[in-house]
Amino acid sequence: MSVLATRNLTKHYGDQVVVDDLNLIVERGELYGFLGPNGAGKSTTIRIALGLVFPTSGSVEVCDVPVFTTVRSDGPLRLVGAVVEEPAFWDYLSGRRNLELFARAAGPPDDRTARLAQIDEVLKMVDLEDAGRKHVKAYSHGMRQRLGIARALLGAPELLVLDEPTNGLDPQGMREVRRLLRRLADDGVTVFVSSHLLSEVETMCDRVGVLSSGRLVADGPPSGLRKASGSVVFEVDDGAVALGILRSLEGVVVEDEAAVEASTGAPARLRVRLAKEVSAAQVNAVLVGGGVGVGAVRPEQERLEDAFLSLTEEPDSHEWAPHAG
Amino acid sequence: MYRVEIAKAVRRWRTWIMATAFVAIPTLIVVALVLTSEPPEPGEGPPFLRLVEINGVFASLVGLSVVQPFFLPLATGLLAGDAIAGESSAGTLRYLLVRPVGRLHLLAVKYASVVTQVFAAVAIVALTGLAVGGLAYGIGPLPTLSGTTLAVGPALLRVAGAGLYLVLGMAGLVAVGLLFSTLTDSGPGATAATVGVYIVMEVLDALPALRIIHPYLLSHHALAFADLFRSPIALDGITRGVIVDAGYILVFLALTAVLFSRKDVTS
Repeated sequence: MSVLATRNLTKHYGDQVVVDDLNLIVERGELYGFLGPNGAGKSTTIRIALGLVFPTSGSVEVCDVPVFTTVRSDGPLRLVGAVVEEPAFWDYLSGRRNLELFARAAGPPDDRTARLAQIDEVLKMVDLEDAGRKHVKAYSHGMRQRLGIARALLGAPELLVLDEPTNGLDPQGMREVRRLLRRLADDGVTVFVSSHLLSEVETMCDRVGVLSSGRLVADGPPSGLRKASGSVVFEVDDGAVALGILRSLEGVVVEDEAAVEASTGAPARLRVRLAKEVSAAQVNAVLVGGGVGVGAVRPEQERLEDAFLSLTEEPDSHEWAPHAG
Repeated sequence: MYRVEIAKAVRRWRTWIMATAFVAIPTLIVVALVLTSEPPEPGEGPPFLRLVEINGVFASLVGLSVVQPFFLPLATGLLAGDAIAGESSAGTLRYLLVRPVGRLHLLAVKYASVVTQVFAAVAIVALTGLAVGGLAYGIGPLPTLSGTTLAVGPALLRVAGAGLYLVLGMAGLVAVGLLFSTLTDSGPGATAATVGVYIVMEVLDALPALRIIHPYLLSHHALAFADLFRSPIALDGITRGVIVDAGYILVFLALTAVLFSRKDVTS
C-alpha cells in the first residue's frame, strides 16, 4: 500500500512548468530520498503534497485518500508530520510552548497529561529536553531544525515529510538526524526526505528519486544511482615503474598520466581503461611480474556527483533505472 | 484553535502595550479635567467632555468617543492586518495548515480572536473611564441628551450598549483587514492598508459633496452610539449603523474565505 502517491502531478506558474507530470509512489515503511538540484521542483512538489499549493492538474494521495487543498482537520494530512523548508515558530514563545500550541491547534482538545507526555517524548527524541523552556528566539539554527522535526513527530504520524532536515546542522547533528530517521523508518514510519546532499541520501535512504526540471529522471535503490565508470583502479607502491609497464601493454590506457608522473618512486593510484580483451587480472600479473607491488585492484565507480549531474543535466539520455510510473 | 490564538495573544508584549495605552487614554482625560480649573466650553473637546464633571459615568463615553476615530481603528488594523500575514511572514502559516488546520477554520478563529481583542480594548476604555471618572466625580443618575435622567443601572447598561456598538463597527473593519492580511505576506503592509481604508472613509465622510455615499461608509455611523443617551432612545442611526456593519462583515468575510481557500501558500 502506498503512503504517498502523486498521479500525473503538474504545476505551472504562468508559462513556467515547475512540476511536470510527476508520478511518484512511496511505499509504507520506506525511507525515500527525494533528490534534486535547487529549483528542480522538490519544494513545490512537497507543498502540493501537503495541500499548501494547488496542482495545475493531477492529484496527490496520502494513504490512498486524496489530499484536498482546502484541507480539513480530519483529512489525510492528520497522518502526516512535516518540515517544509525552514522550520518556523512563534519566536516569542518557548520551544515547549510552541509544540503545545501546535499540538492543540489541529486536534480536538485531548488529554492534557497525554499531550505533555508526548511533547516530552518528542523533545527527548531530538535531544532538546533541556532547551524546551527557552524562547525559540534564542535557539541556534540547529536547535530550530531539531525542534521542527520534534513538531513533525507530534501526533505519531504515519508519514514524515521532511524538506532538507539536516540543513544547518553540524556533522554530529546530521548523523543524529539520519540515525533518528533510520530508526523511525525501521519502526514502520514512512519517511520522505528531500535533500540536495547526495551522500546523505545514499547512506540513509532505501530508495531515491531524482527530480530534474520538475520531472522524475530516476527512481530506485541508491546502489543503482552510481554506475561503473568502466575504469579500473590499481593501487601500486611505485607509480613511475608501474606507469612504464602499463604504457608498454596493448589495450591499456592510463588516465591522468601527468598526475602519476609527478609522483615518481612513490605509491600511486592509477586509473586505467582496459580494452575488452584485456582483463584486470592479466594486467595485475604483468605488474607483479615487473616487480611492482599491487595493493588493490578495483573497478572504479562513477563519482556520485557525476552520476547526479549526468542525471539532472541530460535526463533523456540516461539509462539507469527508468521509473515505472 | 481559538484558545491557542488567545493563549498566543496574552503572551505577546504588544498586547500588553496596547492594553496599557487603552487604560491611559481615559485616565489622562480625567486627570487633565481635574487639573484644569476652567471647564471646557460647549463644543470644545470630544463629545460628552463637559458632562464628566457632572457624572463620572461620562468619562467612559468620552473615552470611547476619543478612541473611536483613530486609536481603535489603529489597534484593529494592527491585529487584523497581522492575523494571517503575520503567520505568513513568520513561516508559521504553512505549519498550521499542515497540522492540518482547515483554511476556513483558521480564518474563522483568527476573526473571532481579533474581534475578542477589540472587545477587550473597548471594555478596558469603558471600565477605566468608569473607575477613574467615578473616583474623581462620583457616579450618579445620568442626565440624558434629551434632558431627562437615567438611574445608575440603566445608565451603565447603555454605556455597555455603546461599547458593543463600537465593537460591531470595528468587527466590520476586522473583516476588511483580514482580507488584506490574506493578500500579502507583510503584516505591516496589511495593517497600513486597513487603517488607511478607515482613514479614507473618514475623510470621504467629511466631504459634503460625497453625501450620496456617506451612508455606506463604515465610519459614518460610528458615533451614533450617542443616540443611546436620548430619552427615548433614537434607534434610527444605530439601526442603519448595524446594517452597514453587518454588510461589511458578510461581504468581506465571504470574499476572504473564497480567495484564501484557493490561494497557493508559498510563504
